[in-house]
Amino acid sequence: MSKVKVARKSTRIDMTAMSDVTVLLLTFFMLTSTFVKKEPVTVATPASVSEIKIPETNILSILIDPKGKVFMSMDKQNDLEESLIKVGNEYGVTFTAEELKKFRISTTFGVPIVKMKAYLALKPDEQDKVLATFGIPTDSTNNQFKSWVRAARQTNGPDLRIAIKADQATPYKVIKSVMTSLQDLRENRYNLITSLKKETAK
Amino acid sequence: MAEIQENSGGGKKKKGGSKQKKLSVHIDFTPMVDMNMLLITFFMLCTSLSKPQTMEITMPSNDNKITKDDQPPVKASQAVTLVLAGGDSLFYYEGLPDYKNYQKLKLTTYGVNGIRSMLINKNREAVIKINELKEKKLQMKISEAQFKKEVSEIKGGKNTPTVIIKATDNSTYKNLIDALDEMQICSVGKYVIDKYSPSAEGLLIKNYRAKGAFSR
Repeated sequence: MSKVKVARKSTRIDMTAMSDVTVLLLTFFMLTSTFVKKEPVTVATPASVSEIKIPETNILSILIDPKGKVFMSMDKQNDLEESLIKVGNEYGVTFTAEELKKFRISTTFGVPIVKMKAYLALKPDEQDKVLATFGIPTDSTNNQFKSWVRAARQTNGPDLRIAIKADQATPYKVIKSVMTSLQDLRENRYNLITSLKKETAK
Repeated sequence: MAEIQENSGGGKKKKGGSKQKKLSVHIDFTPMVDMNMLLITFFMLCTSLSKPQTMEITMPSNDNKITKDDQPPVKASQAVTLVLAGGDSLFYYEGLPDYKNYQKLKLTTYGVNGIRSMLINKNREAVIKINELKEKKLQMKISEAQFKKEVSEIKGGKNTPTVIIKATDNSTYKNLIDALDEMQICSVGKYVIDKYSPSAEGLLIKNYRAKGAFSR
């Protein structure tokens, strides 16, 4: 019997090189990534030509949605906890250790302090749902926003930067009340977050 | 790379083994690649690569201790007041408010043909100087620090206009940012966000809309 022998070739592809590449990419993304913060409301920031980048840490960001609801977020969890205790003291609300722990992991907060206890008792996914309906009161009679900023400043020291991120359709009335509150606290320097637009003087 | 070929020994393995079966350890990396790809996708979707831009502003202090004497007066000839009204409309007047002549208040638009051309005209000297500086910086003739220093010197110069921005409650945040943006584009160094008062600027606008019916 003489048959032409066909060389048997394995169809296996060596995945090692591929795996090397993917691991490299993964490492790159893991090291460079800063996670997108979960925000209760979507905010479209107005565009500007300013090219100053926002510092990465130690920011107290104030989020204002088109309807004028105010939310806040801080990046240091310890300061978050301390601020809550301070604001709680001011309004006569004390929090248990468990509640504080829950508050630490919330990225954005914005619930009137009297409702904070009930809010913290909710499950995380329920919290996300209801958070958008609240907002920190900023009116002159019940200005908890001021208390929060004051507490944040006290716990964080002078290095804390304040950044306002507001939707472009927000009426100026709301911005004004936030700005005057900040002025009352002698916080006269802050950043306004914008997105990039290219334009130059001709 | 992932194959470990063992060529030493062959044949069957027995209990007192002198002979070994030929072993080729072949590791299949496909699941590993799958998993990595998944992780990469996750990271790519969850990261924000572009950092947002910011605009730094300094508001005047509303400390009561600061009296009129502490505030440097602004020359009326160099003051421009922008009034941001609702519906994206923008008014401006130069110098002091004029309640008699409604035409002193001018209606303009945001952007190239409106407010920008007016401000650049007012601030022509500084704009030209700053553009020259920018050119120099591009050609690496001056350092970043020097550039900043000279820019702030030009912006704080004597013949530059002072812009007072007054926003009504009907205007939006975008209007405010646009106005602040124009300050940057037109190299205006001295600007301030002031409170809008319905009895002063409001009256001017009312007068303008009524074509001078409320002139005093």
